Amino acid sequence: MQQIVNFLLNNKNAILFLFLFTLATLFTIQSHNYHKSKFVTSTNYISGGLYSWRTSITDYFHLKGRNERLVAENELLRNIISHNSDSSRIEARDSISKTGVYSYVRARVINNGYNSIDNYILIDKGANDSLSQDMGVITDKGIVGIIENTSANYGRVISILNTNSRINAQLKKSNHYGSLTWNGKDPNIVQLEAIPRLAPVRKGDTIITGGRSVIFPKGIGIGTILNYELENNESYYKLDIRLFNDMTDIGFVYCIRNNYKQEIEALHKAQGK
Amino acid sequence: MNNTIFTNIGRFILLILVQVLILNHVNFLGYINPYAYILFILLFPFNANQSLFLICSFLLGLCVDMFGDSGGVHAAASVLTAFARPLILQFTFGLSYEFQTIKLNKVTMGERLVYIILMTVIHHVVLFLFETWSFSLWNITLKKSIFSSIFTVLLCLIIMALFRRKSK
Repeated sequence: MQQIVNFLLNNKNAILFLFLFTLATLFTIQSHNYHKSKFVTSTNYISGGLYSWRTSITDYFHLKGRNERLVAENELLRNIISHNSDSSRIEARDSISKTGVYSYVRARVINNGYNSIDNYILIDKGANDSLSQDMGVITDKGIVGIIENTSANYGRVISILNTNSRINAQLKKSNHYGSLTWNGKDPNIVQLEAIPRLAPVRKGDTIITGGRSVIFPKGIGIGTILNYELENNESYYKLDIRLFNDMTDIGFVYCIRNNYKQEIEALHKAQGK
Repeated sequence: MNNTIFTNIGRFILLILVQVLILNHVNFLGYINPYAYILFILLFPFNANQSLFLICSFLLGLCVDMFGDSGGVHAAASVLTAFARPLILQFTFGLSYEFQTIKLNKVTMGERLVYIILMTVIHHVVLFLFETWSFSLWNITLKKSIFSSIFTVLLCLIIMALFRRKSK
């Protein structure tokens, strides 16, 4: 017994080191797994508050560009409205009534990571603004990611620039679909895997979201085909996609809520049983 | 003695703030960031309690992880660097470091450089290995480790030169 105690005392630093190192490794493993509740996250009060403060300063430097983008988006939306109906009859809608399948909540990006293999984005809205896990996040140009974790006032988005991210996407001109992944190399280029060989793939074609999940509506822009090659077994294409979004410069985003999500999920569950 | 404690607490907080608010957003050439918070590990008193040193380094790394949403990669790298420090001190300054208290601003430039480079390289290799978490992406890991190490070493030297205390 004495010897054991002595051994522990003599090697207490090595044991402490092993303990702390194992703990850190466990956190790391957890962070590389999708959809595990995470212990070390930036959605807490301190880091969220600090990043909000930082963004409130740095936002001024992007003001001009953001305004121009906003006006451009307004122009586009006004053109769409004027094509559809007489624009003079458009009224402000009551925001409480759920008229459509999807409703949008705007949020501000307060921390954007894109230089590691698994990137996350922190936004300044959370459960208090009725955001929850598995809601899609887009900008005016295209998709950004999926909400993974929310606290009361902040939300963490798993970016499409994350090797754990899998998003259903398809070709715009035909209905062939595959899953969108990232190989960790270039923050402007993502990969689309498992597109069948029969699909009419051509450089420069547009890729949109597939609408086969409750997360994204169909038809949101992702990017254009930059390159393509057949995968190892020669029956599927692997495409390189240049994103519409500049993932290194995201200011405001829209979070998409599917108002019938619970109903759809209940249906899936009932089928599963 | 109290002065040392306050200096280190101040350094801890200041380095985390500088790291998460400024240095994590440098993204030079898209992916190169300096990790100058390891100055805390480099400058922690050499004669201090080793257990306390390990715990402080772990907390330092964990704070940076929390801000960066990176799980535990910084914590792991920091703890390993802290644990390896006595060995590196012995390697760079010889056996004598145990007996006489060494001041980092009193050793020769060459020794100081070797010490900083060794510590930085250990830290960064562990950091990026854990961050990519796969050997198939080893070329990315290697590229990031090398370039970030150069950036970090340069920044550490500049910061140490700027904040050098006047030797009496």
